[in-house]
Amino acid sequence: MSSPITKVRLKQIETLLEKGKRLDDRGLLDTREIKIEQGMIEKAEGSARVLLGKTEVLVGVKIETGEPFPDTPNEGVMTVNAELVPLASPNFEPGPPDENSIELARVVDRGIRESHAIDTAKLCIEPGKNVFVVFVDVYVLNHDGNLIDASAIAAIAALLNTKMPNYEVKDGEVKIKQGYTPLPMKSHPITVTIGKINNKLLVDPWLEEESVMDSRITFATNEDGNICAIQKGGSSSFTPQQILEASKIALDKAAELRKKLNW
Amino acid sequence: MHPKHLAQPDRMVLRCRYHMAPFSVQERKSPAPSRREVELSKVIKESLEPALFLELYPRTGVDVFVEVLQADGGTRCASITAAALAIADAGVPMRDLVAACAAGKVDDTVVLDLYDAEDKLGCADVPVAYMPSLNAVTLLQMDGILSPDEFEKAVNMAMDGCKKIYALQKEALKTKYMVVKEVEE
Repeated sequence: MSSPITKVRLKQIETLLEKGKRLDDRGLLDTREIKIEQGMIEKAEGSARVLLGKTEVLVGVKIETGEPFPDTPNEGVMTVNAELVPLASPNFEPGPPDENSIELARVVDRGIRESHAIDTAKLCIEPGKNVFVVFVDVYVLNHDGNLIDASAIAAIAALLNTKMPNYEVKDGEVKIKQGYTPLPMKSHPITVTIGKINNKLLVDPWLEEESVMDSRITFATNEDGNICAIQKGGSSSFTPQQILEASKIALDKAAELRKKLNW
Repeated sequence: MHPKHLAQPDRMVLRCRYHMAPFSVQERKSPAPSRREVELSKVIKESLEPALFLELYPRTGVDVFVEVLQADGGTRCASITAAALAIADAGVPMRDLVAACAAGKVDDTVVLDLYDAEDKLGCADVPVAYMPSLNAVTLLQMDGILSPDEFEKAVNMAMDGCKKIYALQKEALKTKYMVVKEVEE
C-alpha cells in the first residue's frame, strides 16, 4: 500500500533521479558494497553470509543422500528454500512461506540450476537409487532491499564453501567415510537486479527505492557473458528498449563483480 | 473484496490463482498448490496489473482463477492471454489487452512457442507478455542459457508472436458481441 510517506519519498527519489542521484548518494549504476564471509556455520556442510549494504543474508548448505528424480536418474538433486525471518523486517510475518519468499527461492534456484553451477552428474552414488541431495537454505537476516542479488551471491558463496562427505558403496549400502571433498562446481552465476522508477533504470535498489519502485528485472549471468535466467517482477511494465538496456547493464555489472570476487 | 482487510484504500487489488488440474500432466499432480504454481500466480498477476486502472478503483477486488486442464508447454502464456480476455469480457476497463507468447532455443535455433517435448529438451525458454498498443512488456522470464544476441532475437520473436495473438484476442471479443447482436435482430 502506498502510504502518504511513500508518496513523499517517491517525489524525493524522482527529483533526485532526474539529476542522476539517489537517496544514498550512489550513482544510478552503482551497487552497494558487498561483504562475503564463508564457513561460519560449522554444523552445515557449507555456509556464507553476505552483506549487501545493510541487507544481510545467511545461506546454509546441508547435504544428505536421497532418491533422484525419475527423469534424471544419474544426477544429484538441489533444492533451494528461502526463509524471510520476522526479525529481518517489520513486514515479515511468521508462518508458511508466502509468494515473496517462494519467488525469491525459485529465482535463486533458477540461477544456480540453469547455469549448471553444480556438477550434479558427480553427485550420483547409484543411478536411479541413491544420489546426494543438496539443500540450499536462504536465511534473510536483515531486509534493506534487493534480497534476490544478496541471496543469489550468498548461495553461490555457500556452495563454493561446501564440503561433500567422502563415501564408499559396500554391498549396495552407502558408507560415509572420514574426510571431505569440495562440492563439484561448474559455473559461478552472478545475479544482478535492476529496478525501474519513473522510467529510470537503477542497479541494486535498496529498501526505500524498492518501496516506491514500479518494477524490477533480474538477470543471472555466467562467466561466458551469457544470460541464464531472468525474472521480471513488480506491477509495472518495461519497454523492449528498456529490457535490452537493462540486460546490457546487468552483464556489465556482473562482469565487474566477477572480477572483484574473483569468481 | 473478501477478506475485507486485504482491500486497499487507494487502489484495486488484483488476485490471481494459477492451478493445474491433477490430470493435466503425465504424472498425476497433487492438487495442493506447488511452489511453481504460487510463483506463476504471482507473475501472472504482475503481468495483468499494468493493464488495469488500479488507482481508479479503491477498495475493489478482482479475482482471476486459472485452471490448467491440459498442459503441453506454454501454460503461463496461455493463462495470461485467457485471463486478459476474461477481464475484458467482465467489463473491467483496461489500458490494453495483454497477449503472451514464449520463444525458446532448441538445437541452436531460436523458435516460437515451445511445446512440452521441446521445453524439456530445449536449451532455453523465454515467456513474454506484451501490450502491443502501449509497447510494454509486462512479463519476462527466462531459463536456460542464451547469448545476449540470442536473447534479443528471442524477445523480439516472442513479441511478434504476442502481436499475432493480440489480433486473435480482439477478434474473439468482437465475435462474441457480434453473436449477441445477431440474436437481437
